[in-house]
Amino acid sequence: MGKVLMKGNEVIGESAIKAGCHYFFGYPITPQSELVAYMAKRLPEVGGLFLQAESEVSAINMVYGAASAGVRVMTSSSSPGFSLKQEGISFLAAANLPAVIVNIARGGPGLGNIQPAQSDYFQVTKGGGHGDYYTPVLAPSTLQEIVDLTQEAFRIADQYRTPVILLGDGVLGQMMEPVEFKETSEEMHLFEKDWATTGTVGDGPPKTITSLDLNDVSLEERNRKLQEKYETIKDQEVRVESYKMDDAIYGIVAYGTVARIVKSAVDRAREAGMKVGLIRPISLWPFPSSYIRKLSEQLQLNKLLTVEMSAGQMVEDVRLSVEGIVPVHFYGRNGGVIPTVDEIYQEILKLKYGVMV
Amino acid sequence: MKAVFERTSGLIDRETHYCPGCTHGIIHRLVGEVLEELDALEQTVGVASVGCSVLSYHYFNCDMTQAAHGRAPAVATGLKRVLPKERLIFTYQGDGDLASIGMGEIVHAAARGENITVIFVNNAIYGMTGGQMAPTSLLGQKTATTPEGRAAQTQGLPIRVSEMLATLDGASYIERVSTHDVPHVIKAKKAIKKAFQNQKDEKGFSMVEILSTCPTNWGLNPEESMQWVKDEMVPYYPLGVYKDHSYKGDGV
Repeated sequence: MGKVLMKGNEVIGESAIKAGCHYFFGYPITPQSELVAYMAKRLPEVGGLFLQAESEVSAINMVYGAASAGVRVMTSSSSPGFSLKQEGISFLAAANLPAVIVNIARGGPGLGNIQPAQSDYFQVTKGGGHGDYYTPVLAPSTLQEIVDLTQEAFRIADQYRTPVILLGDGVLGQMMEPVEFKETSEEMHLFEKDWATTGTVGDGPPKTITSLDLNDVSLEERNRKLQEKYETIKDQEVRVESYKMDDAIYGIVAYGTVARIVKSAVDRAREAGMKVGLIRPISLWPFPSSYIRKLSEQLQLNKLLTVEMSAGQMVEDVRLSVEGIVPVHFYGRNGGVIPTVDEIYQEILKLKYGVMV
Repeated sequence: MKAVFERTSGLIDRETHYCPGCTHGIIHRLVGEVLEELDALEQTVGVASVGCSVLSYHYFNCDMTQAAHGRAPAVATGLKRVLPKERLIFTYQGDGDLASIGMGEIVHAAARGENITVIFVNNAIYGMTGGQMAPTSLLGQKTATTPEGRAAQTQGLPIRVSEMLATLDGASYIERVSTHDVPHVIKAKKAIKKAFQNQKDEKGFSMVEILSTCPTNWGLNPEESMQWVKDEMVPYYPLGVYKDHSYKGDGV
C-alpha cells in the first residue's frame, strides 16, 4: 500500500476499520467531527454500522452494549464530551469490556474553546470516572503513529478486556500528513470472546455482564483482580521513545503534538552545543516511570524539563518517577495556545544558564 | 398426577429479593413465560437497569447485560445493532430509571424506531433508594422527598410516558397495562407477548408500560397496594393501546 494524504481524524477512522472495528457510535463535537463523518461514510462501505447517538452519554452506552456482544467498537469525542463519557468508561472498566475511546482534546475547563490542548491528561490517566480503575492511554504524535497506535489500542482492549483511550488534540485531529496503512496481523483478530452476551443459542447457561456486586468481600476480590490486570498492563504495555538522549545531560519530557515541537527545539539546542534530548511517553498510562528514572540515573541527568499544553499535569508523573533525584522544571501553555519552537528553545537555554534577561 | 401449572423455564429457579406484594415478581414471570412460549430464550439478551430490578439478571433465564442508570435503551441499541437480527433484545426498567434520568435514551430509542422491546414498570416511586418522588409520582403522593405530598407548584406534574412516546412517529407499539388483578395480569401478558412478537416481525420500537405496586414505600399492605393502583394510578394513567402502527410497515 502506498502513502495517502489524509486528515488526522480520518486516519483514526480508517485505522480502526483496518483493525477490524466495524461499529462506531458517535456524536458531533469540534475538533473531532471529521472522524464521525468519516465513519458515517466509510462504515457502510465495509458492511459495518455507524450510528449517531443523541448524546455522548448515549454513545458510550451504545458502545457498552456492542462491546457486551463481543464486537470491536469505538466512539470518539473531545474534552467536554469526553467528560460525559466518563461514567460509561467506569462501567466498561468494571465490567471488563473492551472498547476504544478517542479524545481529540481541546482547550478547557468548561466549554473552553476548540483549539488544541493537553489539559485532559489527569482525566484520562487517573481513571477519570468513579472507582478504582485505569484505562490504557496511547498518545500518538504523528499521523503515521495514529495508524499504528489505533490498531494497538484494539489489540490491548481485547487482550486485557479493558477500555483503551486514544488521546490526541486539535492539531493531530485537524492536520494532514501522508500515511501508509498496513495490513493487520492475523493474531490481531484472534481474541476469543466466550464471555459475550450474544444469546446462548445452545451454548450453555446464560451469561451476565455487570459491574454490580452488593457483597463487600466479593467486590473487593473483583477489584483485586482488576488491579492484577493493571499490574500486568504496567509490566507489558509501556511505550516510550527517546530522541538524542544517548549523551544528554538535560532531558525534555513531552508527548503528542508538543513532542514534535520539542524535537525541533532539541535540534536547535544541539546545534548550539547543548547536550539535550527528548523523552516521549507514548503510553501515558502505564506511564514510563521506571524508564525515565533509570535514564536519569544512568545519564546522571542534570535537569529535566516537562513541556505540556496544560498548566502542568504530566509533570506530576515525571516528578513521581524521579522521586527528587533530578530537578524537574515545567513549561506550559494552555487555553489552546501552542508553544513555539523558540519558546521551548529559550526554556532549554534556561536549564543551562538559569533565568535569562 | 397431571401437572396443571409449572414454573416457567424463562426464569431461573431461585428466590427473588423483591418485597412481599411487589408486582415485579408477576411481571418477571410474564416476561419469562412469553420468552418461553416464543421459544426465544436462547435468542434473547436482556438489559437490566438501575433500581429494584437491577438484579433481574439473577432471575431471567437468558443472557443479560446490566446498564448504567437510565441508559438501558442505549445499551440495548448497541446490542441490537451488532447482533444477528434474530436476536431479541429487551430492557426492563422502572419509572425512575426510564422516565427521569433515562428520558433522553428512551425518547431517542423510540424516535429511531429501534427494534427493541421495553418493559417499563411504573410504580410511581423510587423503590430501591427508599421511596423518593419519581416523575410518575401522583399529585398529593407522600414520598421521602415530598413529605407533605407532591404539589404541582413546587414539584410539577406527573409524566404520562406512554402518551408522550406515542406522539413519536418512530414508536411502533405502545400499550399501558396493569397488574392489580388477575384479568389485568392476563391482559398484561398479551401486551408483553405482542411487544416481543413485534420485534420478531421487525416492526420497530415496542414498549409496554405496566402499572405496578410498591407496598414498602407506599406504606400500604399488599392488598391495599393493589387497590391503590386501581383507585389512584389507573385514573391518572389510563390503560390501553396508545400506538399500534409501524412506520416500517407490517414487518417482513
